[in-house]
Formats: sequence, C-alpha cells, structure tokens
Amino acid sequence: MPGVEGFMYPNEVELQWSVLIVLYPFLTGLVAGAFILASLERVFRVDAVKPTYRLALLTALAFLLVAPMPLQLHLGHPERSYEMYLTPHTTSAMAMFGFVYLWYLMAVLVLEIWLDYRRDIVMMAQSSTGLKRWIYRAMTLGSTNISQRALAIDDRVGYLVTVIGIPSAFLLHGYVGFIFGSVKANPWWSTPMMPVVFLFSAMVSGIAVVMLLYMLATWVRGRKIDMRCVDTVARYLFYTFIIDFSLEMLDLIHRIYESDESFRSLDFMVHTKLYLSHIVVQIVLGTLVPIGLLALTQVLDLTEADRKRIYVLAGVLTLVGIFAMRWNVVIGGQLFSKSFLGYTTYKMGLVAREGLLTAIVLTLLPFAILWVLIKLLPPWPEAQTREIPEAPAPQSGSFA
Amino acid sequence: MFFKDAGHLFRLAAVFLIGLLVFLVVRSALVPKSFGQYGHFRGSALTDLAARPVNFAGHQACESCHSDVLEKKKGGRHARVNCEACHGPLAKHADDPTSVTPEKLDTAVLCVRCHEANAAKPKPFPQVVAADHSNGLACDTCHQPHSPAIAGGGK
Amino acid sequence: MNVTRRHLLLLLPSAAVAWKYVLAGTPEAAPNYTMANHWWGMLIDLPKCIGCGNCVRACQMENDVPDGYFRTWVERYHVSEWDLENPKVDSPDGGKKGFPASHDEGGKNFFVPKLCNHCSDSPCTQVCPVGATFDSPDGVVLVDKTYCLGCRYCVQACPYGCRFINPKTNTAEKCTLCYHRITKGLTTACCESCPTGARQLADLKNPKDPIHEFLKTHSVHVLKPHMATGAKVFYNELDGSVR
Repeated sequence: MPGVEGFMYPNEVELQWSVLIVLYPFLTGLVAGAFILASLERVFRVDAVKPTYRLALLTALAFLLVAPMPLQLHLGHPERSYEMYLTPHTTSAMAMFGFVYLWYLMAVLVLEIWLDYRRDIVMMAQSSTGLKRWIYRAMTLGSTNISQRALAIDDRVGYLVTVIGIPSAFLLHGYVGFIFGSVKANPWWSTPMMPVVFLFSAMVSGIAVVMLLYMLATWVRGRKIDMRCVDTVARYLFYTFIIDFSLEMLDLIHRIYESDESFRSLDFMVHTKLYLSHIVVQIVLGTLVPIGLLALTQVLDLTEADRKRIYVLAGVLTLVGIFAMRWNVVIGGQLFSKSFLGYTTYKMGLVAREGLLTAIVLTLLPFAILWVLIKLLPPWPEAQTREIPEAPAPQSGSFA
Repeated sequence: MFFKDAGHLFRLAAVFLIGLLVFLVVRSALVPKSFGQYGHFRGSALTDLAARPVNFAGHQACESCHSDVLEKKKGGRHARVNCEACHGPLAKHADDPTSVTPEKLDTAVLCVRCHEANAAKPKPFPQVVAADHSNGLACDTCHQPHSPAIAGGGK
Repeated sequence: MNVTRRHLLLLLPSAAVAWKYVLAGTPEAAPNYTMANHWWGMLIDLPKCIGCGNCVRACQMENDVPDGYFRTWVERYHVSEWDLENPKVDSPDGGKKGFPASHDEGGKNFFVPKLCNHCSDSPCTQVCPVGATFDSPDGVVLVDKTYCLGCRYCVQACPYGCRFINPKTNTAEKCTLCYHRITKGLTTACCESCPTGARQLADLKNPKDPIHEFLKTHSVHVLKPHMATGAKVFYNELDGSVR
C-alpha cells in the first residue's frame, strides 16, 4: 500500500486528525500563555511588565475568537456542533470544550477587558462619531458611571476575575492536554504529564508572542521599547522554558528507561518519520537554541541592541518550536500503528478544507482581528489610564 | 457595595442571565425527545438501527423451500456450510422467489477461495494447489458442491 | 450437531418469525425482542479460520461498507518459532479477496479475523462528546449516525482500530454486530457466511447458548486484555504474538 510501511490495521492508514487539530492547541496555548503574562502584572504585581498588560489581553482575545474555527472546519458535521452544549457527555474531556471555552471567553477574558477599559469606553462613546460611536455605546451597556468609586469597584472585581482567570486559563489549555493524555489506546499520547507539558509549552509560546508583538508594535509606532519591560518578559520566558524543557526531557528519559512494548516502534518513528520535526525543529531549533540565547542575555552583559536581536530571534524560534511540538504530538501520534508493526504517512492537502492553506489563513486571522481590536481599544501605555485608586474616605449618610 | 456605582455590573449580570434563560429554552426545544431513555443517547436510535433491511436471508429461510438440497448436503463435508456462504445474499430471492433468480456460480473462482493451498490454513483443512490439482478443469467437473466427496457422493 | 425434535421446537418458531420479516419486505424492528434478555458477544474459533474472506465480503454486502474501510477484516500472521514479539502480519484489502497463496516457510502461520469487540467498558463510548456512540442495554456498541458530529475522537480511542469515518455520511462507523439481524432472531452476516463455523454469534444471557460450555472447556482470550476494555469477542487459541 502506498505510504504504508510494515503492517497497519486497515482502518488506521488514513489519519483522523489533521493539521487543523495541530493548530487548535497552538492557538489556545497562545491564549493561555498571553493571559498568564497579563496576570503577572495584575495579580503578582510585577510592575515591569505593565506596558504589555492590555496588549496581552487583546492578543488572548484575538486568538480565542479564532480558536474554535479549526475545530468547526475539521468536524464531519459542524452544523451539529451545538449538540455539545445540549447533551454533553460528562465522561468525555472533549465535551467540556464548549463550556470551558464559553466560561473563559465571557466570564474571564471579555469581562476583564471590559472592566479594565470601561473608563476609556465611556469616554470614547462620548467623543467618537458614526459607527464607532454606536459600537462604544453598546459596549457601555448603557451605563456611563466612571466615578472614582465605580472604577474602584471595577478594579477590585477585575482583580478577582484575574485570580479566577489563572486556573481558568490552566483549564482551557490543560483539558486539551487531557484529551490526548487520557487516551489509553495511544501510548504516544497516554501519560499524566500531557496536560502539564501542554500547559507549560503554552505559557512559553504565549509569553513569546506577546513579547514579539509588543516589540513589533512599538517599533511600528516609532516609540522607544521599554527595555525594563522586555528584559523582564524575556526573563520569565527563560524560566518557563527551563521548566518546560525539563518536563519534556523527563518524559523522554522515562520512556527510554522503561522501554515498554511501544517504545521500539515509537523510537523508530522519532528517528525516521519525525526526525526533522522533532529532533531538528522542536528540540534543537525550537528549544535548545532559544534557551541558549536567552541564557546568554542573563549571564552576559549585552548591549540593548544585541538583547533586542536575541529576543526577536529567540521569540520566533520559540513559536516555531512550540508549533512543532503540537505537530509531533498530534500527527506523530497517528503515524504509527497500534499494532506497533508499521507506519503510515500524513498526506496533507493544500487547498482543501483541512489543508495547509486553511491552516495558514487561520494562523494569520488572529493578527487581523488583533489589529481591529487595537484600533477599537488602544492598549498603549500612554493611553492607559487605570490608576489604582486610594481607599475612599468613609462617607456619612445612607447608601445612594 | 454601593449599588449606584455598581450599576454597570448588574446590567452585565442581567445580560448573562437572559443568555442563560434563552439557552435553556432553546435546549428544551432541540434535544431529541427520546434522548436519555436508556442512557446518554437518543433512544430511538436503537429502533432506527434495528430497522435496516436484511440482505442475507439466513440458511433456515433457504432450507424451508430447498429441502432437497438440504438432504443432499446432510452427511457430506459441506453439511454445515450455509447456502449464502457460496450463493451470496439472497433475502430478495427468499422474499419473492420468482422476481430474483440467483446467478449460477463459477466454481473456478468460488472454490479456490476456500480450498487453494495456503500455509496459514489449518493443516487438517482440505486444500490443494488448484493449478496442479485439476489440470485446468473446473471444480464441478468432478465435485458436486452440495456434497463434494467424489467416492459415493459426487457426480 | 444432531437436530433433535426439541431443537426444532425451539428453532422453528423463531425462524418463522424471522422469515415473516424477511418475506414482509418492509424492515421493522421485531416487536417481541426484549433487550434485557440478551447480552451479545462473539466466539472466534481460530483453528477453524481458513482466511477465505467470506466474512469481510458478506459484511460489506449486508451493511454497505464503503471500499477501503472495514467493519471486519482478517489478518494473516507468520511467527518464527520463539520470537513472539516480531510477527509478520499482512491483511491485503482486509482479506476481502482472500490471501495470496503462500508456501510453508517454517514457523507458525494462521489467520485472525477481527471486528469491534463490543467492549462492556468501552473507551470509545467514554470519549464521545455528545452521546452519539453508546452501549445498548443488550451489550452492543452502536453509533447514531444522525447525531454523530464526526469529531473522530472515538476512532482515536479504540485500541483495536475497528472504527472509521464513512466518507459518504462523514460520521463514525463500525461493526454493529448486525443489530438489525440479531434483533430478528437471525445471526450476523459474517457468521452466516463463514463456511467453517469459525465465527459464531454468542448470547451470553441465553443459558442454552453453546458459548457457555465452550468458555468452560477451552483456553479463551480477548485482544489486548491489559487495556481492560471488557471485550466480548472471545478468541479460542489466540497466539501470544497477535496484536
């Protein structure tokens, strides 16, 4: 049979999950990672990264809006996808998707953005004209109260939302890892470490993308990059990367040591079919090189220009490497036979519903959406007006 | 909380509540009626699946008309080979015998499927290398398929 | 088996009922079928399998299985004497047209028919997000093709590779144990067309089913027991090399 080496069960030859299912965890990973970066400032009071706060939230939203699209395009019957809301099968991790997504979108991300931007929204509703005016007016929900007290309430509630948002972000991306990690039929996927590995690689990719977007946007706007901010973001990227790399190495060493019945088949697959994507792209170019580059910036005293170059290179390689990791998990998990006696080939379409072109469009779409969001809700530090209000003096008299 | 200054939050909560109510109403309209009858699935799926048309009649249907063939098979090596194993699905014929006439089978193709020698076939199973066995003659030249043994039961 | 009068008394009424439905032409669920009285499985007597492929063809004809996909298939194994971990396996077009002739190269050679194991603890129904694939009360794992989203999670979760997506309906599909036949007192298409009786439908709740005696007197296995799926397809004399 063309494309098949050795023996595969007859129904296994065709891959079930395509490049779109590689893209989905990549996109939700960026969402989770960007949100965690935003929460660094909001909850953990890492002031240095404040210039990226609003940008991180908008980035998370842009990617979150696109995230369900690869899933819809991949389904045999996308018109029936609402069934997951009507009759979710509670034993299925995938059934959680609809609710976790909706919770995270509405009760965390949209709510936090709305609370943080509300003062600006109200002011822009009053100052803008035409279509934009109607959009802002709708976003105010009819309330124009931006008194000191109201903003203090917003701040308090926003803080709580972020605190709830952190485990929610973990859930949003962790359940994707569980979808793979809980499949006992597939030894490449089945490990309790899968959700953890997915989550940490998500954080790495999310931090990297916000760092790159901040540097790019600041440069495009002709402003000066806040190096204290970028150095701090890069440092968090470095720490998270160390943890992520350690987790992946632990998984690898454990597999090699235990050498169970699947090991020889998987090992052969990694060294042949997945050599380029796993060894070269994911491990060397996508993990070791960025970690090495970031380590240099921590250990050596480099000039600002050198650091910027290294951050850009490390950031881009990181994103490529994390995409490769998703590829190796999803596609790699389907290239070998569950009989451990053979391998198949992934025939990716080009201009097809689940093809390469679709994947490229879906990867670029969040940036287009982000551009619209930035126009609508400018995230730049100069425009940011959220002050942490002082505790108001106790008022006499009754409640209003 | 001072309600005047938290008004916008109450509006937001109202939006969420309305959304939830709309969802519950739509849900009750869209979930199939028999869902959950026997478990987490649409109960009427069982009747849908059981209602598929049958293509193989089953040997008892054949034997109720072709009792002469049944007699011939008894005592022969093919006694327990069901009719449709060779003759294919014939529920339509059993349904209305005159409207559908089963094709005459080509023994050159049919018999070798089972009886061509193969190392993976059980050793006691009768198997031959067809090319050497019959010198190109069709199997039913010497063997009667309903009772294939040559000595005594064959043609 | 000698057909005694007692057997006829049991067989003829059910045959008459089944025949009535076949003659009737219009398919309908047998009204006197009670799910709670049945617990379906299958027995595969490997020493009897001759790899003729009748079962694969019959299943395709009975169930409109699309070409290139298999609700059941037959594998051929070649095991050199003691190396159980490295068998040579092939299944040309699922065994649908039988297997090319092979001469004895030494070692051990045999056929293994495979199908959905109708697991009592099935990993595929566990992962279905909407309840489109389910366990029927009489022990058959089925797919509701009007409800299936085609997400393919169940195909990934099956350890035995018995599921596929039907390209015409874009929904998950697999062996239904010929549910439309067994509920009418008929046997499955594959068992009906098996010339050697290697495949036999088994009703574990029927005290008169020969499976009970067989299970007590033979060395019987299921595929991949370490997966703890509660598989209900029992193999007689399954070799340790079988994947």
